[in-house]
Amino acid sequence: MSIISAKKLAYEYIRRDKDGAVDGIVRALDDIDLDIKQGDFVAILGHNGSGKSTLAKHMNAILYPSEGTIWVDGKNSLEPENMWDIRKTTGMVFQNPDNQIIGTVVEEDVAFGPENIGIPSKEIWERVEESLKIVGMYAYRTHAPGKLSGGQKQRVAIAGVVAMHPKCIVLDEPTAMLDPIGRKEVIRAVRALNDVENITVILITHYMEEVIYANKVYVMDAGKVVMEGTPREVFSHTDELESIRLSVPQTTKLADELRKAGVPMPKGILSPEEFAEALCRLSSTM
Amino acid sequence: MSLIINHVSYYYNKNTAMEIKALDDVSFKIEDGEFLALIGQTGCGKSTLVQHLNGLLKPHEGAIYFNGENIADKDFDLHTYRGKVGLVFQYPEHQLFEEDVFTDVCFGPKNLGLPQSEVELRAYEALKQVGIADEYFYQSPFDLSGGEKRRVAIAGVLAMKPEVLILDEPTAGLDPKGRDDLLHLIRNLHDKNGITVILVTHSMDDVAAFADRILVMNAGQLVFDDEPRNVFANEEYLNRIGLSVPEVTRIMHLLYQKGLPVRQDAITIEEGLQACLEILR
Repeated sequence: MSIISAKKLAYEYIRRDKDGAVDGIVRALDDIDLDIKQGDFVAILGHNGSGKSTLAKHMNAILYPSEGTIWVDGKNSLEPENMWDIRKTTGMVFQNPDNQIIGTVVEEDVAFGPENIGIPSKEIWERVEESLKIVGMYAYRTHAPGKLSGGQKQRVAIAGVVAMHPKCIVLDEPTAMLDPIGRKEVIRAVRALNDVENITVILITHYMEEVIYANKVYVMDAGKVVMEGTPREVFSHTDELESIRLSVPQTTKLADELRKAGVPMPKGILSPEEFAEALCRLSSTM
Repeated sequence: MSLIINHVSYYYNKNTAMEIKALDDVSFKIEDGEFLALIGQTGCGKSTLVQHLNGLLKPHEGAIYFNGENIADKDFDLHTYRGKVGLVFQYPEHQLFEEDVFTDVCFGPKNLGLPQSEVELRAYEALKQVGIADEYFYQSPFDLSGGEKRRVAIAGVLAMKPEVLILDEPTAGLDPKGRDDLLHLIRNLHDKNGITVILVTHSMDDVAAFADRILVMNAGQLVFDDEPRNVFANEEYLNRIGLSVPEVTRIMHLLYQKGLPVRQDAITIEEGLQACLEILR
């Protein structure tokens, strides 16, 4: 069943100069068709300014289409009475963890969301406990968020969204400001949400290595979806990706180079482990 | 130019129960024209060290010598020194504030007390160096894209004509092409203008492709000071202190473990390619 689908979705905004006169119209999203199923792990790739975040904001009824339609859990975002349902269906996590945390104690911060939608307090505490366990932050429930690392803060922010019991979570470059360890922690937590809790995950990123866990990848350029498929399919198009300011993981690139040098490496290799196995097989047959 | 860091230690909350040793007996020397990378997990003391190099913090033990002079001395001219050792903070575009791009870049040299004509000349040259076209000069810096804003912010430091340029994670948040462009720009500044570069980064692939020498920090101590190739030979130790090796090096190590006689010191794609081709021939 589709959780998010879009048909000919377009979004335009008017750019003004400093005197307020209309300077031009920017088509930030252009004819986008999407079909995301319940339980999917979807990655959206694209360079800075390609329209990824604009698209994400449509999934949560923060922005509304100028043309076309987006349905979230079957509800059209253009109908005003659907707004609250859509926002409950889709939770958002943003780039900067410092902008998303408001509580002075971790568990209070996570409780803020469910409290706001009028959940009875006994259930709030159950939800807080459960959410913190999912992201691996239960041991820190009484800590002050300000003293946590970036990766830990971001996981608290994710727990805050999980506590709202959304069917779908959109993460807009959640690891862009984190160090490698923080990035790993966050990605591990996100995968757990998807694998264990069966929450639909939409991960927006430009770290290619984070995309390999997704079961579907959309690649955006200039407001359009220009490629879609499994990570393996998408990353077998190195040249196209590079032409739109993206790249492929280093491992995939090395396999590409070997292929260019005449070594029959399989296409779309994603991890160092896969690479090593493929090369071992080749060297034993040569 | 020479910069000597001699047995430097620094404590936060010194002489209290909360005392933390942020730098622990760190010593190294930076030569003219080097391209250095400084790596380490968050909290390892990198930023504390960088703030020492720029004279924002003073060591509790040890000393830092710039061209033979102790920068903590009372009569040392820190004002001029900070123009010579330029520091580009993380997300430097957050510090843009002037009405237009050109005025923003003028801010640094103006503070050095230079005559207006010299200030403007330097701002012009710096903007050219980072590849900002003339038509942007009188636009608001806030109308530029993320990558452009960052280049303007870097121009603001370049306009002070630094001999040493320290950049704290200059590529954070940029897309792959933006990262690549910026690193090539830095490489160019280093090669053409002879600026000494210290790159603080989390990206091992960038280190492998650009730096001549790596300083690795862990828990306030300098644990490696060597060529990238030699440092990346210690994969297990690096993992233990929260760091990794470039993906290419990881592949070489995996191949070796599987019994293939591959050269393990490859760190870039080109070297990895050669190493793989050698064993297949």
